[in-house]
Amino acid sequence: MIARLADASRSWLHENFTRDNWRLLLFCYVALAPVLLLFGYVRAWPILKSFVLSFYKWELINPVRPFIGWLNYEMLLEDENFHLALKNTAVYSISTVMLSTLLALPLAIFLARKSRFSAIYQTLYFLPVITPMVPMSIAWKWIYDYNHGILNYLLSLVGLPSVAWLTDPDIALWALIIMGVWKMLGYSMILLLVGIRNIPSTYVEAAAIDGASGWRQFRFVTLPLLKPILLYVFVTSTINAFNVFTQVYVMTLGSQSAPGQAVRVIVFDIYQNAFQYFRMGYASAEAVMLTLIVLGFTLIQFRIARDKAGQDG
Amino acid sequence: MVSHRSLASRLLTLLAHIVLCAGAAFMVLPILWMAATSFKPATEVSIWPPRLLPDAPTLENYRGIFEDAPFGQFFVNSLSLSLIATVSVAVTSLVAGAVFAKYRFPGRQFLFMAILATAIVPFESYMIPLYLQLISLGWINTFQGILLPTLFMSFGIFLLRQHVSSAIPTELLEAGRVDGASEWWILARVIAPLSAPALSAIGIFAFIQAWAAFIWPLMVANEQSLFNMELGLTAFQFRFSTDYGKLMAGSVLSVLPMLVIFVILRRRIIESVALTGMKG
Repeated sequence: MIARLADASRSWLHENFTRDNWRLLLFCYVALAPVLLLFGYVRAWPILKSFVLSFYKWELINPVRPFIGWLNYEMLLEDENFHLALKNTAVYSISTVMLSTLLALPLAIFLARKSRFSAIYQTLYFLPVITPMVPMSIAWKWIYDYNHGILNYLLSLVGLPSVAWLTDPDIALWALIIMGVWKMLGYSMILLLVGIRNIPSTYVEAAAIDGASGWRQFRFVTLPLLKPILLYVFVTSTINAFNVFTQVYVMTLGSQSAPGQAVRVIVFDIYQNAFQYFRMGYASAEAVMLTLIVLGFTLIQFRIARDKAGQDG
Repeated sequence: MVSHRSLASRLLTLLAHIVLCAGAAFMVLPILWMAATSFKPATEVSIWPPRLLPDAPTLENYRGIFEDAPFGQFFVNSLSLSLIATVSVAVTSLVAGAVFAKYRFPGRQFLFMAILATAIVPFESYMIPLYLQLISLGWINTFQGILLPTLFMSFGIFLLRQHVSSAIPTELLEAGRVDGASEWWILARVIAPLSAPALSAIGIFAFIQAWAAFIWPLMVANEQSLFNMELGLTAFQFRFSTDYGKLMAGSVLSVLPMLVIFVILRRRIIESVALTGMKG
């Protein structure tokens, strides 16, 4: 048995590893080496290490770093800052994703029809996607300014009282959501637009011949065919939204309009634990939770996509 | 009856355009408001009721920020970081993408899956160990330390692999080999030119992402001379938190390169986002 295996592998080696093949193999590994080294050092190793660190009491200023098992996670479950961060991040993500997708869908359907203005609208709605987050957060902060902001001015025009957009953490969360929708809408719109344009026109024509009206066409033809891409938009933007940090840091931290009280989100909490309190182990446990949440969303997407494929096949 | 219906549908289209215009105004207004404020003299910035356009437009804010902070340095830093990241992402994506697409070697499937699967893990959740590694390298507060995580992109490798395996026939590579060309020559002279569209999509994307990088530079760069635009602006904001004329001038400088790129490459950028799904 072993002899036969050895024979088989020898003849396999003989067939596949001629001089030329060795040359090709060498090329593959030499070409990949820099990328793999980079990947290992910058991505793979740190990911593994974050799991390991989460089981240690690892503080930057303390050279004694004992293994403490699940203790970091247990503390995390009782940490009110973490609860608040989790709640805020979930509210932010769900609201931003729901609102931007709900607005993007009719927008994409309208713009998918060939029209003179479609390209202009696409450009304008897409513009916020490519703008960097820091300058736009500063611009939005100016818009939200309590005394001189243009938003409170617009409210006063219709007789509404001024709102302290960034001072009260509860309202500030909604200020962040409005800006989040502004930033995300164009992204969802473009993906849905591509999805709608990829629907074969024969489906729509067939529905029209059967006498389906606009709404029924949408409900029974466009929407089901759009489901995979809709799902993709949901998942990618939810993952994106869960990592919200920059706008929180810029808009609600350490400035006169927000005296010390930031809207606590997960990444901000990780950042604070790691780089202000130097509790690297504890922050790593929190980072692992973030990974698991994101992983959960991705698995749900795969699951639904697979079930769908199963139905179709 | 027919004309009645067409009138109704015309009204509906008109209504749709009104809604769309209002929406478009909402999308553009923050950028316009930022630009307009940056040209207002201090006396006009917080005037009530606010006016969109400045009465006496001035470049004073732009002159001022260069005096208050080294914005020229920030800009050069951002530009060099982004350009190096773009070139590096393009090269690594091309090489790895082509090797994964066209060559058979032990470990191929595993390595590719590993690169792809880890792409969904958010950077924010493994930046702590990476930071600790950087400490032991002695790269905290260095240019290369800030640059490091932007040098390659899983999605670029994935995209190039898709492109090379579907758009470039293997016969073309064989033909090159028959002529005695080396694999490196084939990569540079056959695969690279034929991958230009995919490469430019991933390059644009890498540039936009590197330009907007924030949390990692925030952790790694302690000295002002290493700040990129995003970090410089944030620091500037903490010092001059109410001087909105200057703040908007700095913000315009950070947004402007993206707007210029967008105006020139609008179609490509939109396609590239549709293609890549804006993922790292």
